[in-house]
Amino acid sequence: MQTHKAKRVEITIEAVMERRLSEALEGAGVKGFTILPVLGGSGRSGRWSREGQISRASGMIAVVCIVHPNRLDPLLDAAFAVVDRHIGVVSVTDCDVVRADRF
Amino acid sequence: MDGILALALENLISPIILFFALGLAAAFARSDLSVPEAVAKGMSLYLLFAIGFKGGASVAAHGVDATLLFSLLAGVILSFLLPFIAFALLRVLTGLSVVDAAAVAAHYGSISIVTFVAASSVLTSAGLVFEGYMVAVAAAMEAPAILSALWLVARAGGPNGHGGGMEPGLLREILLNGSIVLLVGSFAIGAITGQEGLARIESFIVSPFQGVLCLFLLDMGLVAGRGLRETRGLLRPGLFVFGVLMPLTGAALGLVAGMILGLSTGGVMLMMTLSASASYIAVPAAMRVALPEANPAIYLTLALGITFPFNLTLGIPIYLAVAQAVTGG
Repeated sequence: MQTHKAKRVEITIEAVMERRLSEALEGAGVKGFTILPVLGGSGRSGRWSREGQISRASGMIAVVCIVHPNRLDPLLDAAFAVVDRHIGVVSVTDCDVVRADRF
Repeated sequence: MDGILALALENLISPIILFFALGLAAAFARSDLSVPEAVAKGMSLYLLFAIGFKGGASVAAHGVDATLLFSLLAGVILSFLLPFIAFALLRVLTGLSVVDAAAVAAHYGSISIVTFVAASSVLTSAGLVFEGYMVAVAAAMEAPAILSALWLVARAGGPNGHGGGMEPGLLREILLNGSIVLLVGSFAIGAITGQEGLARIESFIVSPFQGVLCLFLLDMGLVAGRGLRETRGLLRPGLFVFGVLMPLTGAALGLVAGMILGLSTGGVMLMMTLSASASYIAVPAAMRVALPEANPAIYLTLALGITFPFNLTLGIPIYLAVAQAVTGG
């Protein structure tokens, strides 16, 4: 089966920033993305866990989007405008997709 | 003094405190005991719904007067004012940066609704009545402190040159925070439907209330204990002193406000409790958006790990004893 080159961007960010990041991605022309809950982890502010949290203040989410390589820079610019000051990780990896027209 | 000790002892062996202690102990012992996230959220919704509705029904029964408006105004003023006192204390007692101190200060100007619920539960157990509209005062005190903290940071030049102002949309998010919407909405429905409405759902919001509160405080104990265990290195003596001194300072101001307003003994005690408590739901979320440079481990540990247990175990009996002594109630 023929596949097409694409970029997979994964942004792990504080849950309170979810709406802002989603709006920024949509503004940058990203056609689709997936938001995943993050169970827990550890970082510069210490360990944290989703279990038993009483607010979203210290929770994290992961936003995954796959885009055509040409769309990567506008996406990263839009994402960084939101996540720049916040706790989080942005990673970009190469991937292959089957239906290129969807990205 | 004997009265305060007797009240404190009685409070310490109440089910809600013992369940909180059980949660703390389980967390310190690294037990795998946990309350599922959805259950904790459900219990929090139930408590807000119940306390809001009962407050509204009480207002419907006793009527609205000017004291309600003045109490709301006093709550807003206290919430604006307390962060400045907290900020000054933090700068004297600790070596926190301006941003961290302002973020912590915001938490102490706002309120803890669970502490309020626990205090009202103690009042009910003691057979003391209180003004139902104190629920509305609690809601009014949630947000103003955030503005004070942001002003404190902006005055110092902002965090790392970012200005420190309020982002568009943040105020709307704070005011429409789910907890505030449910609390105020339940209060309004309680006020509209009155005692008749309360009678219809009494079996749901009155009898199970204490049991749900116990289970919720078990979860709070687990969360507070795990937070303390993971951030124990942060708790320097100055921060610990602040975590105990600030609620007492806030309570003193709440006492003055309650006396000026002419509130009942229960009302004065609740005004003291609101002024003494620190937020760990609405404000942490607002601070993560507005002041992400501030270390969340500091303000969450202080508010949830030090001040909340202090208020729950010793603070509430002290505030009740002082309110009774001052009002003669």
